[in-house]
Amino acid sequence: MSLIDSVSLPRGLRLPRVDGLIQWIVPLAIIAIWQVASVTGFVPTRVLPAPSDVLLAGWKLLLSGELVRNIWVSFWRASIGFLIGGSIGFAFGLANGLSQLSSKLTDTTLQMVRNVPHLALIPLVILWFGIDESAKLFLVALGVFFPIYLNTLHGIRTVDPQLIEMGRIYGMTDGELFRRVIFPGALPSIFVGIRFALGIMWLTLIVAETIAASSGLGYMAMQAREFMLIDVVVLSILIYALLGKLADSASRVLERLTLSWHPAFQKR
Amino acid sequence: MQTALRTSLPDTELATRANFAPHARVVREERPVQTSGLPLSIRGLRKSYGDNEVLRGIDLHIPAGQFVAIVGKSGCGKSTLLRLIAGLEKSDAGSISLGDAVKPEDIRVMFQEPRLLPWARVLSNVEVGLGRDRASSDAHSRAEKALTEVGLTDKRDQWPSVLSGGQKQRVALARALVSRPRVLAFDEPLGALDALTRISMQRLLERVWRDQGFTAILVTHDVAEAVALADRVLVIEEGRIAHDVVVNADRPRERGSAELAGLEGSILSHLLSADDRT
Repeated sequence: MSLIDSVSLPRGLRLPRVDGLIQWIVPLAIIAIWQVASVTGFVPTRVLPAPSDVLLAGWKLLLSGELVRNIWVSFWRASIGFLIGGSIGFAFGLANGLSQLSSKLTDTTLQMVRNVPHLALIPLVILWFGIDESAKLFLVALGVFFPIYLNTLHGIRTVDPQLIEMGRIYGMTDGELFRRVIFPGALPSIFVGIRFALGIMWLTLIVAETIAASSGLGYMAMQAREFMLIDVVVLSILIYALLGKLADSASRVLERLTLSWHPAFQKR
Repeated sequence: MQTALRTSLPDTELATRANFAPHARVVREERPVQTSGLPLSIRGLRKSYGDNEVLRGIDLHIPAGQFVAIVGKSGCGKSTLLRLIAGLEKSDAGSISLGDAVKPEDIRVMFQEPRLLPWARVLSNVEVGLGRDRASSDAHSRAEKALTEVGLTDKRDQWPSVLSGGQKQRVALARALVSRPRVLAFDEPLGALDALTRISMQRLLERVWRDQGFTAILVTHDVAEAVALADRVLVIEEGRIAHDVVVNADRPRERGSAELAGLEGSILSHLLSADDRT
């Protein structure tokens, strides 16, 4: 998925304004059709409220401060969990990519743990941590760990051995070799891991907040369901979509900044 | 016309041999008197990979500043010999001596692939060649000088991915030259280039060799290239030096001249007759 996106990027760079608009045509059209369907009564508002009602609900929650607070709580949990899990995954990826010993010691164990769906641990996590912040952070960190670990490892293992030989011939120390050859060579793969991890980050957080939380977007949606506030439920879902898009765009900007050498990112 | 040339070849060769020797000496003296190159002595060199004995006892002396070409069929061990000389592999037996006080920066290798770092601009790629001097204050100016020598000053801030194959190989040459090496080993550096680019690269190699006076060792499967560039062509067969041919033609050499063509033909017939025997 991300590969195809990056291949089509150079066109976006050539015509940024037009291309920037094109990608919003489909979502806007869907909302327009939805609005018409609701207003004409084709879709009953008890099943799906009109976009305007959702917007209104959002406005009310914004005024009460509830919306900002919940988004902030979710955002905070997502970022901290991502940072913790991502750093550990990155560290293990580096260690196992660079050292045979470390790889032999830990890779098999990690592969076994990877095959347990991390959401299956929710009951256990609740028993361990209650519905505390740490439970959510633990789940997000665990979910984010594997894509970053696997892609960092893969990136480092697939750095062109001819370049490594070249670096050694030209007298690079191990540190220099890592900084100038191995890490930049692994970076494209690491970014693929980051983008996968961002998706898993939201998924994990929403599930965790829906099941066990007293604040956050998932909690807001569950509360709304209890009171049959379907517009707030739909609002929460739309906010997830927007936040997911935001995270993806952020990682793309980062990618474009650090991978400007890559033919797929060059302005020509 | 052609037949006339060919039949007269032995005579001209005899005549020119006598004339060329002093010429060749004059050319040598144009180079810096104390050549920066290192002499190379190889004794009883052996190397095998598993059961496959690639080099079966190589004895060779290369005087400082000489341009030696090594030719042979694929798998004859010519690249292995080069990798041993460059210190990329360890020999099983025998010795390679380059004189004393050899620094790692004194020996450089250029491969068939340019092996540029795709994430570094052209100039930083050249700076890689400085080895331990990378951090020194004149690193930039030295790299720029090396780029000028290969005629790519205007590409200094480009990414390698926008360069053509020949340009990439020229950057790789600049990277190899920037530390002023005393031995430069070429492992089929022009093998992947098109015919015209290859000829202009050959001229460039010859020019920098004459300017800097390093000892050049060129592994190639192109006998015409070997004859055009080298002072001496070594033919390797089955892990041994089968022929050691001196090329005395005047420099700059005229491409396709009768003398070079004659030499090329005789070396090729050696290589091909070895083929028939097996």
